[in-house]
Amino acid sequence: MTIKKIKEKFVESIIYSCGTFTTLAVLFIIVFLFKEGSGIFQKTALEEGYSLAVNRYNPVSKLSPEQIKSIIEGDIHNWHQLGGNYDSVYIFTLSDIESKFTQEELGAEFEHLKEKITAYVESNTGVLAFFPSKYVDASLAKIDVDKITLASILKGKDWYPTANPAPQLGALPIVLGSIMVSLGAIIIALPLGVIVAIFLAEIAGETLKNVIKTVIELLAGIPSVVYGFFGLVVLVPFVQQLFDIPVGETALSGSILLALISLPTIISLSEDAISATPQELKNASLALGANRLQTIFGVTIPFASSGIISASILGIGRAFGETMAVLMVTGNAAIMPKSLLEPVRTITATIAAELGEAPTGGIHYEALFILGTFLFVFTFAVNLIAEFFAQKR
Amino acid sequence: MLPLMQLEIEAYMKRNPAQLNVTGGGSGVGITSLLEGTVDIAMSSRELKMAEKLKFEEKGKKLIVMAVANDALSVILNPQNPIKQLTREQLEDLFTGKITNWKEVGGDDLRVVVYTRESSSGTYEFMKDHVMNKKEFTKTAISSSATAAIVYATSQTKGAIGYVGIAYVEPIVKAISVSYDGGQKYIAPTFNNAFNKTYPITRPLFILYPLEKEKLVKPFIDFLFTVYGQKLVTHKGYIPLK
Repeated sequence: MTIKKIKEKFVESIIYSCGTFTTLAVLFIIVFLFKEGSGIFQKTALEEGYSLAVNRYNPVSKLSPEQIKSIIEGDIHNWHQLGGNYDSVYIFTLSDIESKFTQEELGAEFEHLKEKITAYVESNTGVLAFFPSKYVDASLAKIDVDKITLASILKGKDWYPTANPAPQLGALPIVLGSIMVSLGAIIIALPLGVIVAIFLAEIAGETLKNVIKTVIELLAGIPSVVYGFFGLVVLVPFVQQLFDIPVGETALSGSILLALISLPTIISLSEDAISATPQELKNASLALGANRLQTIFGVTIPFASSGIISASILGIGRAFGETMAVLMVTGNAAIMPKSLLEPVRTITATIAAELGEAPTGGIHYEALFILGTFLFVFTFAVNLIAEFFAQKR
Repeated sequence: MLPLMQLEIEAYMKRNPAQLNVTGGGSGVGITSLLEGTVDIAMSSRELKMAEKLKFEEKGKKLIVMAVANDALSVILNPQNPIKQLTREQLEDLFTGKITNWKEVGGDDLRVVVYTRESSSGTYEFMKDHVMNKKEFTKTAISSSATAAIVYATSQTKGAIGYVGIAYVEPIVKAISVSYDGGQKYIAPTFNNAFNKTYPITRPLFILYPLEKEKLVKPFIDFLFTVYGQKLVTHKGYIPLK
């Protein structure tokens, strides 16, 4: 074997290993994302390691997270509202322990805690006790809380992940918020982007084209947190005054900002598609007596349409995954979005704002990873569709 | 508490040949790290939860908990809002979304816009526990991860209500007086009122360490309570103990 051949083999193996490494890294991240998130489906919507217990004469044996929240907030105050007896609900948790029992009664090492809780629950008919499972005696009547399912996350409308004792993980307003902001962005960015692309490819002279392209590349290089600041200080007050609404932090502000951010993607990809139209086709059109505009709209655009569509779909993907800018201007209120002029909370903003403080491995942490998988699935689907249109060419 | 502790540590290291590191992450993170023994001292803007006490008990660790400073929170409104004072009950109804128009508390016919910190923040928890009777913020509340953003947004939005530490109150917003006795006496959120404990929305800031590390950490802990250590507390906008 010659030295040349060894060299070739060597280079080849480096190329292969780089490819393998990248593929493995991507696979690892995907597996990690799904693995961290999937743990949630074995859990009930109750703080981990805790149990809810009631008096043995209480016929209620099942509560939903919404009902628990209503009890804590005082909207439900009698067991008959939950199908039980006429008896007012009394919540009994660790924070009540110190006001009910002295340290001596509990013992220096809390060794009497379990019997105190048991005795208290057995002697009060309306009590709803919430304690770590190991302090809840097996003889007490337990309350079942529904298991978390994909459907409960996708259909739920309340996002209170830190609510105690029963976190509520309804992601519907968040998913819809993300979709709404991204669609708004693409409605604004698509016409603008395509027109600029046509101008660059067909109309602008060489110098002008170079200047504009540089500016657009600059636009792509600005960190999104800078866009966020711009949005917060300029765009938000502008939207508020323009529409005379109580708050400027709206889905619309997010859409406008995301439109700006996704413009470079749409412009450069559309421009590539338009430039790829063969000169012969255009010449044929011109030879038939069509003027320049007629040629652009009758020949060039139809020819480049699949490229333009895939560019805009990639633009949606870019907007959907953007974090910092939307976090700063959309208001982040997890309400069902009704119009573009109301605050929304997006998937990315939720993850960015909450993951840092969510205890690792807990329900909240896993719920955020589930949101991450939604994001992944959506972006993956968007890329597949873009690929499909690009192939059609 | 992170900025305060950074300042205290810098000052301490200038005077003593010690090497201290401080990291952030929130009260819960600090307490968990202390439990796992990865840190020697933890700071917390809330008292230990019963569940945490039990965990330390399980591990057989004795904890020393001391308040090193106090923090006061102001409720802030847009300067154009004529409201100057509110009771705790009114604040609860405003923040939970029960009251949606300022005319219900004697103000203009204007929609209430609630600004809040993200649910992970200690300030959020404190408002929930001590002002809102453990109820959740309204779903329509606009949440922000930065205090400065809340101040700025409140200055821009006419119907806004938000809350920030008193050190963050700027002239572009209006800090209101609050009453915790059903409207008999309204107390303004000033440094002096917080210092003499008449202002109700104050919370102690704690420092915690395990008894077994006492020898190691004592010099620094003592430094925090010196005149200079407490002066730094004031410097960062918190309320010193004495």
